[in-house]
Amino acid sequence: MTDLDAFRTQTRAWLSENCPAEMRDGPDGEDKICWGGQRWTFKSDAQRIWLERMAAKGWTVPTWPEEYGGAGLGPEEAKILAQELALIDARIPLGSFGIWMLGPALLRYGTHEQKLHFLPPIARGEIRWCQGYSEPNAGSDLVSLQCRCEDKGDHWLVNGQKVWTSYADEADWIFTLVRTDPASKHQGISFLLIDMAQEGVSTRPIKLISGKSPFCETFFDDVVVPKEYGAGISSIVGTVDRGWDVAKYLLTHEREMISDGGGGAFGGPGLAEFAIGRIGVSGGRLSDPMVRAKIAQLELDTRAFGLTVDRLRDESARGRDMGANSSMLKYYGTELNKRRFELLMDIGGADAVEWDSDLEDAAGLAATWLRSKGNSIEGGTSEIQLNVIAKRVLGLPSA
Amino acid sequence: MPLTLTDDQEMLRESARGFLGEAAPVSCFRRQRDENRVDAASRDLWRQMASLGWAGILVDEEFGGSQFGFVGAGVLAEEMGRTLSASPFISTALLAATAIGRFGSAEQKARHLPLIAAGEAIHALAVDEGAKHRPEAIAVRAERAGNGFRINGAKRFVADGTLADQLIVAARSAGAAGDAGGITLFLLDAKAPGITIEPVRLVDSRNAARIAFADVEATGGDVLGEIDAGGDVLHGILNAGRAGLAAELSGAAQQSFDVTIDYLKTRQQFGATIGSFQALQHRAAYLYCELQLTRSAVLHALQELDRDFAAAGPACTLAKAKAGQAATLAGLEAIQMHGGIGMTDEHDVGLYVKRIRVAQELYGDPDFQIDRLALAQGY
Repeated sequence: MTDLDAFRTQTRAWLSENCPAEMRDGPDGEDKICWGGQRWTFKSDAQRIWLERMAAKGWTVPTWPEEYGGAGLGPEEAKILAQELALIDARIPLGSFGIWMLGPALLRYGTHEQKLHFLPPIARGEIRWCQGYSEPNAGSDLVSLQCRCEDKGDHWLVNGQKVWTSYADEADWIFTLVRTDPASKHQGISFLLIDMAQEGVSTRPIKLISGKSPFCETFFDDVVVPKEYGAGISSIVGTVDRGWDVAKYLLTHEREMISDGGGGAFGGPGLAEFAIGRIGVSGGRLSDPMVRAKIAQLELDTRAFGLTVDRLRDESARGRDMGANSSMLKYYGTELNKRRFELLMDIGGADAVEWDSDLEDAAGLAATWLRSKGNSIEGGTSEIQLNVIAKRVLGLPSA
Repeated sequence: MPLTLTDDQEMLRESARGFLGEAAPVSCFRRQRDENRVDAASRDLWRQMASLGWAGILVDEEFGGSQFGFVGAGVLAEEMGRTLSASPFISTALLAATAIGRFGSAEQKARHLPLIAAGEAIHALAVDEGAKHRPEAIAVRAERAGNGFRINGAKRFVADGTLADQLIVAARSAGAAGDAGGITLFLLDAKAPGITIEPVRLVDSRNAARIAFADVEATGGDVLGEIDAGGDVLHGILNAGRAGLAAELSGAAQQSFDVTIDYLKTRQQFGATIGSFQALQHRAAYLYCELQLTRSAVLHALQELDRDFAAAGPACTLAKAKAGQAATLAGLEAIQMHGGIGMTDEHDVGLYVKRIRVAQELYGDPDFQIDRLALAQGY
C-alpha cells in the first residue's frame, strides 16, 4: 500500500467516526454553512462538534502549515481529503473569507508574526473576516478606490466608504484596500487589517432583489488603526503603497473560490432530478425534448468545467501556477451557475416563482435564482474576467 | 491520477511536434490536396510514422508495438490535428489495433497486429449506413451460409476506406434494425470477391469510401469477437475512436485559434491593432475557455480508456461532444475574425474548418453524444 492509499484509509476511518450524521447532507447551501466568528451561534451541536473536530485536526485548512492551524497536507493528500469528504456528502466544517481569501494572501505576503497572530483563529473559526474592496465609485475600476488612510505617526487614520462588503454586519475584522498615496494610482494603495469593533466603523445592510441582505455598506469615520497589533504584527500586509499586488493575488483566490460556489452561493436541487420528478420519463428519455436538450447541454458543460478545475489544480500542484486562468474559472463557473438557475426556473414554472413555496425541492429557489445573478458581478464581472484572459493569457494588446 | 500529462507523454508530444513540423506541416497537406494525391501521400507518411512507433502505439510489445497507451495515442492525434496531417492513424492504429488487440482471436492478433505495427497494413471501420451515425440501426445483413456467412448491403462514410487493406465490418446477423443485439463484426480482406469500394470526395479532402457488399463470403475465422454479440465490441472501439477524434479536433481547433490570435495581434484597421478591440477580445477569451474545457474532457477520456477500457464510454462521449462543439465554434470564429482573407482558399483556416466539419460528424456528432449522455444519466 502506498502512503497515499494509507492516508485515504485513515482519512475514511476518521471521517466515518467523527463526521456527525447531521453534517452529511451536502452540497452546501448558503444557509447550511457555519461561518464562525465571535458573534456566531451554532445552529446545532453537530455543527459545533464538526467544526471543533476538523479544526483540531487542522483540516479546516488542510494545506496550511501546522504552526498556523493547518495540517500541512500536500496537494495530493488534500485532494484525497476533499474526495473523501465528498464521498460522504459532508458539509464544509467552516465557511470563511479568512480561509478562502485573506489566508492565502497572508501566507504569501505576511510576516511570520502576522501569520502566527492572524491565521490560527481563522483556522479555528474564532474570528470571522469580511472583505472591503469595492467602493461606490470603484467597482470594476477597483484601482480608482478613494478610501483614505493617513499616516498620523503612531497610527493610521481611515476615512471613507466601502460597499458590497459580504456579511460586514456579522464580521469581526475586515481586510480592506485603502489609499495611502492620493498622488499615484496603482502604487498608492495599501492592504490594511481593521478591527470592526473599532470606533468609527459602521455598517448598513443592502437589501438585494432576492429579498436577502448578504452585503453591506461599510463606513469608516475617523477610524484610528494602530500601526501594529503587537511586536512585528503590522496592521498592513505587504509594503505600504504596494497593496495592489496583495489585492490582485487575493483576487485570484477569490475568483477560484467563487467559480465552484465556495461562497455557498450556489446550492439548489440537481437539474435532472428536478426535471424527472416534474416532467416524467418515457422510453428512457425525459418527456419534454426541449428541456431535455437544455439540461444535457448544461450537464456537458458543467462536467467539462469540473474537469478543467481539476486539471488546473493538478497542474498547479506540479508547479505550473494557475495565474490568470483563475479568471477563466471565475467567468465560466459563474455563468454556468446562472444558466443552471434559469433552467431550474424554467422547469419549475409556477412552482418556482412562488416566494413562499413549501415544496421541498422549490422552497427558496426564487431567492437563490435571484442571488445567482450576482455571481458574475462580485469578485470582478464576467467582462473584467474576459478582459483579463484576453490581455494576460492571450496577450492581446490594450486599446 | 492527476489530470496532467506525464513527463514521457510530454516528451512524445515534443517529438511528434518536431516530426510533423518537418515531415507533414499544413503546407504539405495543402500540396497533396492540390495535386490530388492525399491517398498516396498518406500511405508514404504512414510508413514514416510507423518507423517512429506511432502505428503500434496501442499494440502489445509481443506483436511489435510499444503499448504506450491511449493518452499517448491522443497526444499524437492532437498534434496531427494541429498540422492536418492526413494518415490512417485513427482508423488503423487506434480503432483496428484496439479491436483486434482487445477482442481478436490469438490467430487474428498474430496475423494482423505485427502488420499494423509495421505500418504495412491499413484498416478501415465500416459502420455507418445512413446520413447520420446510428450504430444501433445497422442493416447490412450477414446470413449464415454453410459453415460461414454471406454478407449483403452497403456502408458509407468509411474513413480511409479507399486505402484499406482490411475492413472491419459491422453487420446484422440476427434480429432487426434497431435491436441492440444481433451484431457481428467481421475482419475482411478489402479485395475479397463481392466487395466494391467506391471512393468519395469529402469536404476535408481525406479519403473515404462507400462500400458495397454483394454475397461476400466470410468464415467463422473472420469473425471479430463473438457471433451476434459484436455490439459491445463495436461500442468499445467506437468509444476509442471518439476519444481519438476528440483529441484531433482539439488540436485542429487550438491551431486555428492560435493562428487567429496571431492575426488579431498584427492586423491593423482604424489605425489600431484589431486585437485591441474589446468586441474581438471577449469573443477570443470565451473561445479560449471552451478550448480549455475541451482539453480537459479529452485528456480525461484518454486516461479513462487507459484506466478501465470498458467503463470509459461516458468520458469518451463527453469528450467527443465538447470537442465537436468547441472546434466548430473555433472554425467559425477563425473565419469571421480573419474577415475576407479567411474566406480564401489560399488561407489555411478554411482547411481546418473543413476537417473539423468531417471529424465532428464521424462516429457521432455532438447531438448524438449528448443524447447518449442524457440516457446514461436516466433522462
